[in-house]
Amino acid sequence: MSLSDFIPFVPEIFLAAAGLGILLAGITLGKKGVRTLIGSGVAALIVTAVLVWVFGRPQGGPQVILGGMLVLDNLAVFFKLIMIAASIIALIMSAGFLERSPYGGGEYTSLVLFATVGMMVMASGANLASLYVGLELMALSVYILVGYFKLEVKSNEAAVKYFVLGALSSGILVYGISLVYGTLGTLDLRGIHQALAGMAKLNWAAGLGIVLVGFGMLFKVAIVPFHVWTPDAYEGAPTPVTAFISVGPKAAAFAMFLRIFLGAFEPNIAAWRTVMWVAAAATMIFANTAALTQNNVKRMLAYSSIAHAGYALMGIVAGTAMGLWSVMLYMLIYTFMNLGAFGFVILLESRGYAGETIQDYAGLAKRHPAAAAGMLVFMLGLAGIPPTAGFMGKLYVFAAAVQAGYVGLTVIAVVMSAVSLFYYFRIVVQMYLHDGEEDEPAELIRDRWVEAMIFVCVAATLFIGVYPGPMVGWARAGISALGLG
Amino acid sequence: MIPIPYTWVLILATVLFGIGAIGVLLRRNAIAIFLSLEIMLNSANLAFAAFALKLAYEGHGAAAAAGQLFVFFIIAVAAAEAAVGLALFIAMFRLKETIDVDRFNILRW
Repeated sequence: MSLSDFIPFVPEIFLAAAGLGILLAGITLGKKGVRTLIGSGVAALIVTAVLVWVFGRPQGGPQVILGGMLVLDNLAVFFKLIMIAASIIALIMSAGFLERSPYGGGEYTSLVLFATVGMMVMASGANLASLYVGLELMALSVYILVGYFKLEVKSNEAAVKYFVLGALSSGILVYGISLVYGTLGTLDLRGIHQALAGMAKLNWAAGLGIVLVGFGMLFKVAIVPFHVWTPDAYEGAPTPVTAFISVGPKAAAFAMFLRIFLGAFEPNIAAWRTVMWVAAAATMIFANTAALTQNNVKRMLAYSSIAHAGYALMGIVAGTAMGLWSVMLYMLIYTFMNLGAFGFVILLESRGYAGETIQDYAGLAKRHPAAAAGMLVFMLGLAGIPPTAGFMGKLYVFAAAVQAGYVGLTVIAVVMSAVSLFYYFRIVVQMYLHDGEEDEPAELIRDRWVEAMIFVCVAATLFIGVYPGPMVGWARAGISALGLG
Repeated sequence: MIPIPYTWVLILATVLFGIGAIGVLLRRNAIAIFLSLEIMLNSANLAFAAFALKLAYEGHGAAAAAGQLFVFFIIAVAAAEAAVGLALFIAMFRLKETIDVDRFNILRW
């Protein structure tokens, strides 16, 4: 291995170095430099996106680098750019929020950058070792971010719960990896695929390994019954962190899920597919029902994000090429819709934890018509109503499931999407049909950076909804990666 | 000297994994939970070492090295996890003057 082998890895190296630099700069700048630090973090992320485009793209087919640890393919580029976009939007949304808080910006920005490095490794890992290290880099950074407001009990409690359950799941995951390694003799995803394909009958130890790895992955994407950490972590975390962890780490976990299950464990799809079917159905039913009773908007959006993971899991159940690219497309669309919705929660959080109850949205349409219209777009998108992108995302995932013969699962998904209308429209009803004078609703904060990011998300949600062609084509280019094309 | 069969090591690893998982779920003291988490990670370490031994006996030298290297990754990750976890528990103790996780009950559905 020579130094030039590291060239495709330059984006990750650069981002990690930038994170370290910002960490040091944060110590000298202190509380005054929040905007400078966040600005340099955003600049570093933009440079990284360019570097990914210049150095990180595959020439020709999928290209294995660093001794088989990572692979460059369209799937990796697709997910890396989603994650970088999510990190940029979340960081910009955090600036005003952090300035109003008593906490500094150096550690915050660098932790977001480190988490992004971990996610990028997860998106391009070709070996269980690199995937595991990327996962832990992301997870450990995110635990600290959730507990970043360390003097607030809620934030701290959320971080402790998230940490304990997250560490438990990665313990289960790594034990599963050890069983897979021991029985198949390799950690390489392609090697595992070959070994499984060559096995006439799956032995029990390899089967148990696959089950344990599956538990770990279902936990990371928050699928019922491994979702218990999600509402607590989302509600307790500072809102910009919630916005970040609901999209970036979720997309990264889905990328890893796709690589391991549709890549390495694909020969045994008949065995694990039924479990995933049940998990997806249970997730959609439970999360959508639980969201109906929530009065806290962050908690409601947490259950909504669990439900969305359930819809995306349908693509993995389908296990076809279309299932794969529909999950990728779903993650892209979900990223913009969810970041935008959380952007509004940030803007309404003018009185400590106000802006979190649904009543805080009362009469918003009368006082701020533009803001209410933006929130309406995200609620329609999350519910999956045309002409928003949410409709396109669901359409392709459902079509993939039907194509693979999973009509029953699709019926459950459609019915539960209809149920989800009730809780998304509780906010819409508050905004448009209540005047809010008797409820003393929360006032919107003026923060033009958050507003600009919400505008970007609205534009993306509507644009992909009306004209999905280019994004579909881009996602489809990713499927050759796993040999499903 | 008679070498220890790798199956014995595997049985030990399985038992440790079970102890760790049950400990995380049943103990209420944050430090005890943390200890159980470390036991789980180290049971995976032992399993990796045992499987590497098996692969080495079977003559797959390169595959055996991969498993032994993974052990180092897990050790490094466990150290990072210790730093993060203990920091969170200290912050928890400063706020509540207890490390009993049952007292952490503001967030519930």
